[in-house]
Amino acid sequence: MNRFSYVRPDAVAAAVRERASDPGARFIAGGTNLLDLMKYDVEAPSRLIDITRLPLRDIQEIDGGLRIGALVPNSDLAYDPRIEERYPLLASAILAGASPQLRNMATTGGNLLQRTRCVYFYDTATPCNKRTPGSGCSAIGGINRQHAILGASEHCIATNPSDMGVALAALRANVRVAGPDGERTIPFSEFHRLPGDEPQRDNNLAADELILSVDLPAEHFAANYTYLKLRERLSYAFALVSVAAALRLEDGKIAEARLALGGVAHKPWRDEEAEELLRGQPAERASFEQAALRILSGARGFGENDFKIELARRAIVRALEQAAAGTPQSQSDKRVQ
Amino acid sequence: MQATETDTRSGNGTGEPSRIPVVLTINGTERRLEVEPWTTLLDLLRERLDLTGSKKGCDHGQCGACTVLVDDRRVNACLTLAVMLDGASVTTVEGLAQDGQLHPVQDAFVEHDAFQCGYCTPGQICSAVGLLKEGRAQSDDEIRELMSGNLCRCGAYVNIVAAVRQVMDGTGAGR
Ligand SMILES: Cc1cc2nc3c(=O)[nH]c(=O)nc-3n(C[C@H](O)[C@H](O)[C@H](O)COP(=O)(O)OP(=O)(O)OC[C@H]3O[C@@H](n4cnc5c(N)ncnc54)[C@H](O)[C@@H]3O)c2cc1C
Ligand code: SF4
Ligand code: FES
Ligand code: FES
Repeated sequence: MNRFSYVRPDAVAAAVRERASDPGARFIAGGTNLLDLMKYDVEAPSRLIDITRLPLRDIQEIDGGLRIGALVPNSDLAYDPRIEERYPLLASAILAGASPQLRNMATTGGNLLQRTRCVYFYDTATPCNKRTPGSGCSAIGGINRQHAILGASEHCIATNPSDMGVALAALRANVRVAGPDGERTIPFSEFHRLPGDEPQRDNNLAADELILSVDLPAEHFAANYTYLKLRERLSYAFALVSVAAALRLEDGKIAEARLALGGVAHKPWRDEEAEELLRGQPAERASFEQAALRILSGARGFGENDFKIELARRAIVRALEQAAAGTPQSQSDKRVQ
Repeated sequence: MQATETDTRSGNGTGEPSRIPVVLTINGTERRLEVEPWTTLLDLLRERLDLTGSKKGCDHGQCGACTVLVDDRRVNACLTLAVMLDGASVTTVEGLAQDGQLHPVQDAFVEHDAFQCGYCTPGQICSAVGLLKEGRAQSDDEIRELMSGNLCRCGAYVNIVAAVRQVMDGTGAGR
């Protein structure tokens, strides 16, 4: 790990000022992603701005929804009674990620800003456009079992590993941020980016902006939802494919549908047309197959990850069946019903 | 047992002026220390405080061998900067026994032979203590899932689950 200086501001404005005055500085919250990267010399900040003492630890009621402070730890969020009761999809997705220790440390804001990445990103001996723009992408033609099948570019095919983010995409959350010029709100679908020709940029947050909260809208889909995560082992591994599915049913028909995928793209993947296709349809397999085909219509493999296309298709259908039946995937007993 | 100790060992030879004072309560003892900002809690415990119970398996949050309790919550000491913990209370495996009596989780690990080489064991035990405090696990499936942050190369998992289960059910033979 490189040498750096350390500050611990106690107000948001001071934290933003610190960041704006030093381009080499980084905010640190749970530290579970940033320190991991610093130990591999992938990140080498000149200064760490410890934001853990900022007053961003509350979960508050807003407009029928909830405002989640950026520093609420992942475990506290997943086990908060309001989240368990009203947004079980979010609780389930969080509990599918990382380990209990890491979830105790990881924060809401940090989870969204963990790097979209791959094994080569960590290995400073190999070319990687995300780490060193212009050096090339080692994963194209290399080891790419974990990599993207949707929205990739010739410059980067990495996937965003957040489980929480997949649920937030499905729930259409908003991200509230503060910068030197004040606050703004970014819809979740516009928060993360596709790699395009700037794979070094994972999201649309400016360098000197701080996440204040993630805001959940009122519609929560507590009755018909699931988070289905498929991975190489049953626990403590990143998703090969994950699906957040949520339905509002009226008389056996789908009144509203939400569908987001993890492990398949540079960002949590949502497709409004696929959701639109489900609206008004009977909640049954044939409708789900149609939606799966639609959301995967542009899918493309890179060799080792070709299998993900069919895996994703089946996972989407299964997840929508789980949601429709009101039998969400258990995150402890992993048998897929 | 509130002793106050001041660490007087000096710099690491980098010439950095950046040692920062922190107050930590470690296994019940308040310690006033000066730490470089890049010192992890794990390195502080092992290299400066001679508390070598917490192990460094991967140093990247992947194995759980470094698990300790910070303000009663289990965390990975390898991904925690000591300087960020100013004011916190840390419990390591060395601090679990009380008045010469092993912690019930330690007793249960002995009783169930829940280890072979023992390398992962301090982390497993601290993690299990954290799990019991959280009170989320009921079934064996849930114990397995909520202990999944602790890897055991010797594969002592079956006996680890049995040990945790025993403490959870309060059916220990010893006490
Ligand atoms: C072994 C391991 C396994 C994992 N498995 C999974 C998994 O299965 N699923 C999953 O979803 N995740 C997984 N993770 C990732 C984990 O969820 C993230 O590391 C964590 O959520 C990051 O949160 P943090 O608070 O620790 O972020 P930090 O490391 O503190 O910060 C991450 C980034 O966000 C920035 N930042 C933090 N907070 C703010 C803010 N409020 N405003 C602006 N910038 C901010 C920091 O500057 C930094 O760049 C795993 C991690 C490890 C180490
Ligand atoms: S996929 Fe992206 S992160 Fe991985 S090597 Fe290629 S450019 Fe780097
Ligand atoms: S040493 Fe900390 S998790 Fe492995
Ligand atoms: S007892 Fe050897 S690693 Fe667990």
